[in-house]
Amino acid sequence: MVAVVPARGGQAAPQQVAQRSSRTGYLLLFPGLAWLAVFFAIPFVTLFLTSLQQPIPGKSGKYQFGLEFGNYATALSEYWELYLRSFVYAGIATVLALAIAYPLAYFIAFRAGQWRSLMLVLVIAPSFASFLLRTYAWKTILADEGWITSTLNALHLLPEGRILNTGIAVVAGLTYNFLPFMILPLYAALEKIDPRLIEAAGDLYASPQTAFRKVTWPLSLPGVVAGTLLTFIPAAGDYINAALLGSTGNRMIGNAIQINFIQFRDYPTASALSFMLMAAILVLVFTYIRRAGTEDLL
Amino acid sequence: MADQQGDRNVEDLHLQSLTKKFGDVAAVDDLTLTIPAGSFFALLGASGCGKTTTLRMVAGLEDPTAGTIRIGDKDITGLRAFERPVNTVFQSYALFPHLDIFENVAFGLRRRGIKDVTTQVEQILDLVELGPMARRKPTQLSGGQQQRVAVARALINKPDVLLLDEPLGALDLKLRRQMQIELKRIQVDVGTTFVHVTHDQEEAMTMADTVAVMNKGRIEQMGHPADIYELPRTVFVANFLGQSNLFDGRRSGMSGDDILVDSHGLTFAIPSDRFFAEGEDAIVGVRPEKIHIADGADVDTVPENHNRVPGRVTDVSYTGVSTQYLVEAAWGQELGVFEQNVVVGDRCDVGDRVVLHWSPSHTFGLDPSGGSTVGVDTEVLALGALNARLLGDSAGA
Repeated sequence: MVAVVPARGGQAAPQQVAQRSSRTGYLLLFPGLAWLAVFFAIPFVTLFLTSLQQPIPGKSGKYQFGLEFGNYATALSEYWELYLRSFVYAGIATVLALAIAYPLAYFIAFRAGQWRSLMLVLVIAPSFASFLLRTYAWKTILADEGWITSTLNALHLLPEGRILNTGIAVVAGLTYNFLPFMILPLYAALEKIDPRLIEAAGDLYASPQTAFRKVTWPLSLPGVVAGTLLTFIPAAGDYINAALLGSTGNRMIGNAIQINFIQFRDYPTASALSFMLMAAILVLVFTYIRRAGTEDLL
Repeated sequence: MADQQGDRNVEDLHLQSLTKKFGDVAAVDDLTLTIPAGSFFALLGASGCGKTTTLRMVAGLEDPTAGTIRIGDKDITGLRAFERPVNTVFQSYALFPHLDIFENVAFGLRRRGIKDVTTQVEQILDLVELGPMARRKPTQLSGGQQQRVAVARALINKPDVLLLDEPLGALDLKLRRQMQIELKRIQVDVGTTFVHVTHDQEEAMTMADTVAVMNKGRIEQMGHPADIYELPRTVFVANFLGQSNLFDGRRSGMSGDDILVDSHGLTFAIPSDRFFAEGEDAIVGVRPEKIHIADGADVDTVPENHNRVPGRVTDVSYTGVSTQYLVEAAWGQELGVFEQNVVVGDRCDVGDRVVLHWSPSHTFGLDPSGGSTVGVDTEVLALGALNARLLGDSAGA
């Protein structure tokens, strides 16, 4: 018996250490988990619960707890067109941003030399001014009496005779506002490409065009995927560009959410709209990443 | 592979007055050179000597400032990299990270729209013994395997000339030795002209049929490795390719076919066909392994006609195969001596008075312009200077 006691003590010691180290793990996780709970989980659950609330009879603008899944059906039947328009506008803006950003990022990464840092600062510089202010500036730039509109009109290129308060203006605003989010990831991906790989492609009988298609482009795909997501997601949910640069015919889903929350105080509908937007974007993003063959990015 | 090469006549590579200037600096200076078809040619030099620039000009990755590059009669100077019948094994391999081994190797064939890609790729992967790795990505391979992929990727295109830019630089010593033999074997198998750029003199000597030692954009000496080693024509070559003991002297007369040079009170005989000094001043040189070391009674048996230097042993390092001595001559210079360990127990000790001697036919006379240390590794020079200062300090204290 005497011999057993110290043996037990000896076994207990490493167990204690193991317990303590696992506790340390949880302690270290705590700040991150707490942050996620406060800023993500709680708002998320609140939003979901709000989307299922039902009106308190007789008191307009007041809602109570409920499981009113019909809110979703109503919201969707009323606003499905805005969802569609949001994704179309955001999609066009993303493609345009990619077309503008790729050559620019390529130039900064491979050709800018000593000007590289300056050019990167210039890419971010507009963000120092308010988003709202920059969008107002586009109101002036695209105004009916502005030189862009009058020049294009002189060339009979505008079907509606104007840019402001049309879909073109909204897409232009979206493209402009989210361009830096496209340029930066593209730059980061392109900058990582070893120029010797492009030399090697040339050495192996690839013309510059083929070398781009077979080496540079595939190697920059992670940047393309990241950039398109960072542009598409906020653009799809944006309401400022549509509100300032578009007409009532160009409203996006963000506008519907904003109006329901702020003006109609119809919190369940607004929440249901937000929730469906989130779900739709998630589905789109996953399909896209599957297609791009870049699952390993997640 | 050899029979596939047979139906294609391989042609010489000619560089004519090739010059490349970066600003005012000539990286490659009026280089004229013919590399015979099917040879293993090494461009050897320290970093910044212009060897890589030369290679890049042949590959088409750099435009020459002046001069022409021809393969046989065909002028390729104006062709762009992808139009040249030349392929390169890059220094860091430059394998495409997004493609697997098979697609890396197939890249050149696919670009030229060649059929039976699969058969050819499988064949060459077998040649470099990487068949089972075909579907792996480059990052999943070891350095030596990546190196072989890079060679296969270039060779599969059956280039007229294969360029190798420090291809073994990233490998550890043991693997490098193995790959040297491997590359030489592949070259013999396929019969393609290999142009190999390296700063490693041992690598150049092991593999190449012809070595060109480059310095400051020019070729100092070119020939079979053994010929260059046995008879360096410039101080740079004597120091860069292997080690040399060099001492300053002045021409003092003739003795038969030998030229006599006085140096530090001693007279050395050098056969006139091994003497390259232009004026009266000359540098006397001898390779460390050509020197015999005699102590005690052995001194009497030194052949009459041998060149000799008396001195004192300052360092002995036993390396197994040989013993390396440092011997201080009367004028303070230390000479290196390598002696094969043939006789057991017959070693000199530090402090021993000895006589170094060697045959005149192993002596060479060089032109002293530029001094006796050009071509010595600057690190070695710096270490020597540091050593001298430390010794000086301890002597003072």
